[in-house]
Amino acid sequence: MARFAVKHLVFLLLTLFVVSFLVFALNEFSPGDVARKELGAYATQDQVEALTKRLGLDRPLLVRYVEYMGKAAVGDLGTSARYKAPVLTVIVKHLANTALLAALAFACIVPLSMVLGIAAGMRESSRLDRAILLFSTVMASIPEFALGVFLVSVFVVWLGWLPGTATLAAGGGWSVGAQLVLPVAVIVLFDAGYVISMIRASMVEVMQRPYIRTAVLKGMPFHRVIFRHAARNAMINPITVILLQINYLVAGVVVVETVFAYPGFGRMMLEAALFKDIALVEAGALVAVGLAVVTNILGDVAYMVLDPRIRA
Amino acid sequence: MSTQVNVEALPVSPPAASRRRAPRWWRAVLAIRHSTTATVGVAIVLVWVVLAVLAPLLAPYAPNVTDLAALAHTTPSRAHWLGTDHLGRDIASRILWGARPVLEIAPLAVLGATALGSLLGLAAGYKRGWLDLAVTRACDIVLSFPVIILYMIILTHFGSSAWNIIGVLTLTKAPIIARIVRGLTLDLREREYVAAAKMRGESTLYIMLVEILPNARGPLIVDMCLRTGYNIIIIGVLGFLGIGLPPPDPDWGGMVKDTYGMMMVWPHMALFPCAAISSLVVGFNLLAVGLRELGGRD
Repeated sequence: MARFAVKHLVFLLLTLFVVSFLVFALNEFSPGDVARKELGAYATQDQVEALTKRLGLDRPLLVRYVEYMGKAAVGDLGTSARYKAPVLTVIVKHLANTALLAALAFACIVPLSMVLGIAAGMRESSRLDRAILLFSTVMASIPEFALGVFLVSVFVVWLGWLPGTATLAAGGGWSVGAQLVLPVAVIVLFDAGYVISMIRASMVEVMQRPYIRTAVLKGMPFHRVIFRHAARNAMINPITVILLQINYLVAGVVVVETVFAYPGFGRMMLEAALFKDIALVEAGALVAVGLAVVTNILGDVAYMVLDPRIRA
Repeated sequence: MSTQVNVEALPVSPPAASRRRAPRWWRAVLAIRHSTTATVGVAIVLVWVVLAVLAPLLAPYAPNVTDLAALAHTTPSRAHWLGTDHLGRDIASRILWGARPVLEIAPLAVLGATALGSLLGLAAGYKRGWLDLAVTRACDIVLSFPVIILYMIILTHFGSSAWNIIGVLTLTKAPIIARIVRGLTLDLREREYVAAAKMRGESTLYIMLVEILPNARGPLIVDMCLRTGYNIIIIGVLGFLGIGLPPPDPDWGGMVKDTYGMMMVWPHMALFPCAAISSLVVGFNLLAVGLRELGGRD
């Protein structure tokens, strides 16, 4: 098991370096680019070259990358051109907002998809199964922005129950709680559709195993078969999927954040990319990969805890 | 043909008629009707394909023409069935024309990803060794990264065009296909017919493409339908984020981006394109679910 863990950790660290290097290279491959973006379109070629030299951008890419990672390790990520503030501060602020959104969504997605997934998978092709399958398929098919538009037109435009934006500023007479309802609802509906279908597929497979048939045939009540024997084993495979959703919830909710003008990490990355805020893009990518690495490790650990066979 | 034969043949085996002379692929297509889910999915997709192909004939207006008189009443009317957008462009025409880029880019990107992913997966699963390790690891790296951030970085850097979108979709979806094909290949390479082909002295490429790949097609086709649906979502999302197909040509995601700020006043401008893209993706995903059911029944 120790070997397994070390091997995985090494690979994940490798991932971190490869991806961050690719992003770094993409942005800084031609050294003139950085200075040009810094100075704007009206700077002369001489000025660009002077700044390139002053910032040390004319040195080899690999040298600059190592230097960048060294600084990043002690928390110095440079200054954001878009937000006129240290990159670290900007990222922490937006990441905290997104973490709030993600935590609320995750707290809804997990129980919802477990209940529906297990209920659907326990009797394959039953009416309940078909209804849940249809629901989850349709929900996973509607793009987040479309789901947002549908929910906004019902609950904001038509009924007027909720605000259409979630800027987290306590303006417009809506509390932060009310602002969060629709963004969380969109994420939960879109993402749960996918997780439900994963849990359902796993449950269907488990229900065909011999030990389930044995439990049923020896006269055990059906609900006990489900809870005692099936549910736990059915959750082994989806648990990695569920934990990988954290990854999506933090880095992938850019669409929902854009729909509701939510000041989160995804929208910050979009603005940084559009604004060519290189320092912020690089650091943000680093954070996103780091997060992916951590959730992957979490997934592996959870897998080992649930499935004792791997521990050997 | 005498009627006697027909009467006799029908009750014994009903599908005999379709088994008569029809080519194999056509029978596979006909099998779709055994699943309601798949049939509905195919119907939705076909409707959109027909609408996209016939867009020049069906669309009442040119997609980018502005009707300033219509700006006074942008809501659906007899002149503009689905209303006009904030610039007075006919929404129905723009949705019809907007179906074209989506239905070209998404399947092309799926084909690209399937070709690339199949080759990588076949090579990794059949050859094993260092190649397998390299391919698997490279795929894991791409898959562990939140792709939407990757799209933002790449597309804002290289600029957004149809070919660039096809490119990033191909590169980021190929690893998923590679993983599926590799898993199937690991199983199929141990079969007798592969051993027989080896004995005959067939080349590695022949064995991979002619002996193994056709037998992996079932799960692959299901996944291609799913991938097409997801690609359509991503194309819409890119348009919505402002890094999709460049304006002014109609693009469903872009139409929503331009008008969702006016939701409180004119919700129809964003609602119709949203309904269009949602229905098309639902079509592809129902098809995938139905095909999977059919595959499980064999």
